Amino acid sequence: MFGSLSNFDDSLFDDLRRMQREMDEMFGPRTWPAGIRSVARGTYPPINVGATSEGVDIYLFAAGLDPKTLDISIQQNLLTVAGERKVEVPDDVEYYRRERYSGAFKRVISLPEDVDPDQVDAHYVDGILQVSVKRREASRPRQIQVK
Amino acid sequence: MKDKTQVTASESTRASQSREEAPTLRPPVNVFEDAEGITLEADMPGVSRERLQLRVDQDSLLIEGDIQAAVPQGMEALYADVRATRYSRSFALSRELDTENIDASLNNGVLRLRIGKRAEVRPRKIEVRVD
Repeated sequence: MFGSLSNFDDSLFDDLRRMQREMDEMFGPRTWPAGIRSVARGTYPPINVGATSEGVDIYLFAAGLDPKTLDISIQQNLLTVAGERKVEVPDDVEYYRRERYSGAFKRVISLPEDVDPDQVDAHYVDGILQVSVKRREASRPRQIQVK
Repeated sequence: MKDKTQVTASESTRASQSREEAPTLRPPVNVFEDAEGITLEADMPGVSRERLQLRVDQDSLLIEGDIQAAVPQGMEALYADVRATRYSRSFALSRELDTENIDASLNNGVLRLRIGKRAEVRPRKIEVRVD
């Protein structure tokens, strides 16, 4: 029931808020130089890319996909995600708005040079496709012991 | 997996206005109508059933949801098309819609709402008799 949502456990709610704030700070308004393979805003699906010292995570905001139809490939540091979203359109109805993207899509994302194409992982949860690529061992920061 | 659930009608949408003003995302929607009711589909990737909020009263429908994604510690953004974490969009409803009779489902980030029409306003077929 949605009604019970307003009675959030406080700690859980605080936690959510904090996480959201962190995400807001991280992905908030900012300008990047446009990549040579970048596409116009509004192109389906929208993408966020985040990096840590361990790896790079690509988030595709692609609701309503069948993950089996996705074609994800990586060559050197170029990640390609292709697929198709079919939005069912009943024909005996009257349409007022049709804003949801329907059809094939393909996006190419340039990743940092030091990613390891052999260590890629993809998950599809609640309409977000998350592709995690690890950096090469040699380029990760190492702890140096003082003897 | 399909989550089928019933919407509870709330008295007002005031709760949303008391929130801090953060930028929100406007989910793209398809809206269509047939003889029995109106269907609304909205793309809200990243929203789970627990983080979806629907508020309905006699005149309006408010759709809200929070994006939750697995973000590792210490991550820095390299690029971002999506620059907010909350979806919000509202619609004015009309009298003939039966707000007691709404069905909602959320499947892979796609919200599907079905709002029925009151029985008395459904189009009736009028027979023409030929004498």
